[in-house]
Amino acid sequence: MKAPETMEYLLHILILIGIYTILSVSLNLIAGYTGLLSIAHATFYGVGAYVVAIMALKLHSPFLVNIICAVLLSSLLGALVGIPSLRIRDDYFVIATFAFQVITFSILNNWVSFTGGPMGLPGIPQPTILGLEISSNIGFLALVGIMCALTLWVSSRIVRSPFGRVLKAIREDEVFAQAAGKNIASYKVLVFVIGAGMAAVAGVMYAHYISFIDPTSFTVMESIFIISIVIIGGAGSLWGPVTGAVVLVLLPELLRFVGLPSSVAANLRQIIYGGLLVAFMMWRPKGLLGEYAFHTGEGPE
Amino acid sequence: MSVILDVQRLEKNFDGVRALADFSCSVQDGEILGLIGPNGAGKTTFFNIVSGFLAPESGEITFKGNGITRIPPHRITNLGISRTFQNLRLVRQISVLDNVLLFFQQQPGEKLRNVFFNWRLSQERENENRKKASSLLEEVGLAQKADNPAEELSYGQQKLLSLVCCLAAKSEVLLLDEPVAGIAPEMTERILETIRGLPAKSKTVILIEHNLNAVMQICDRVIFMDAGAKVSEGTPKEVRNDPRVIEAYIN
Repeated sequence: MKAPETMEYLLHILILIGIYTILSVSLNLIAGYTGLLSIAHATFYGVGAYVVAIMALKLHSPFLVNIICAVLLSSLLGALVGIPSLRIRDDYFVIATFAFQVITFSILNNWVSFTGGPMGLPGIPQPTILGLEISSNIGFLALVGIMCALTLWVSSRIVRSPFGRVLKAIREDEVFAQAAGKNIASYKVLVFVIGAGMAAVAGVMYAHYISFIDPTSFTVMESIFIISIVIIGGAGSLWGPVTGAVVLVLLPELLRFVGLPSSVAANLRQIIYGGLLVAFMMWRPKGLLGEYAFHTGEGPE
Repeated sequence: MSVILDVQRLEKNFDGVRALADFSCSVQDGEILGLIGPNGAGKTTFFNIVSGFLAPESGEITFKGNGITRIPPHRITNLGISRTFQNLRLVRQISVLDNVLLFFQQQPGEKLRNVFFNWRLSQERENENRKKASSLLEEVGLAQKADNPAEELSYGQQKLLSLVCCLAAKSEVLLLDEPVAGIAPEMTERILETIRGLPAKSKTVILIEHNLNAVMQICDRVIFMDAGAKVSEGTPKEVRNDPRVIEAYIN
């Protein structure tokens, strides 16, 4: 690769790391700190991407308006996913979020007139923020970096606050949190609202950056990938998901340099993720930097 | 003295098994009331209902003149009744101090609005609460463990901690489920001493305990339950000498 190409490639990798950092940090609030293992996170990611894409393509509305709408709609859906967590727990909740994820995918895939169906939405324009058009990869990296920093700031505020203490109490023992006088229902719904809103920001970044979206980017596989980042990086720690995002985005890129044909490399990627996840679950369930291991075997009661 | 907690004709069944059968009692402000009886007598069920974790089939609970039957558990704690658990519930991974802090009611920092737009207020209150929590831990001799994870405490210390949590909640009525069961003698003494001091802080205590010596030592009044019903009620001495109680314990 020539020098400018190498530069573009590095920027691309950094932007991807940024997007996955936002996704995993937001899921970490829900799954790592509150213990609500959700595999619907790609839904919020997708909703963010689709809202902003449709608005930019059909309404030509300004970027800031689009991103706010994307976040609000995704947060609303977040509340909807959070509500089942008030009645069902653990494995059953995972299944409920899975159902939600499948429904979203079907809608994106089948509502052709609105979402473009399997053909996706091409030609998403570059965003203009306050008269400044983000057209270069450097510009995108700066934007993603700002969003990452914002996400991390929100997340760290929450987990260092008494609000965050209640989240951890809910994760460890819901009954105890209730006995302490905490309305766990409202905490659970709120954490979904926040997490979903943040994930939508990642979707917005992705849609504008790649300029083309289709439903295959927001499948259950994507949700599982985000969970893998959280688990391998370390659930329930602030920097765990960041570490996870760096490792899991870089890892398949390294395979490129081994010189495998791309068809083999793509399959190998899935195998490596799977293998890593199993290995971490067995030998280091708390991940690289984590504080919390998801319950394996018997539940809390 | 006035009645702080009044329970009328509670009825609760689990799959046809009668856990509480027409159970009534009234608790005086500032007393220490002991609930004794064999396993399955309905004592913990009674706690679960008063604390809102279970709904009774029928019956009424009144706290300071207001009906609190079927109110969710967190609201019951907000109102001023808190409890401990037989099988010790604590957040084991967070510090002893954080466990206590969790129990303060009406914390501004528990509202997202304040976390983002009034961080200073939430921090100020948090610091005040920290001081209060530390002095509560000091009083019971757990101060030097404040920063350790709760799981590093001994079993007895954990029971003591769950009692401190109820105090942090500023509850007027404390429901203590087996506060000294399975604990070494010195620690038992320390916990009993703490409980005995509660009425002076205008707290009312209802406790379930199998350690009859402990019950006889600290309770003003004792209710003996069997099969979900009240069998005998009176001063510790009266209950101990009640032939029905003696018979139940011999069987």
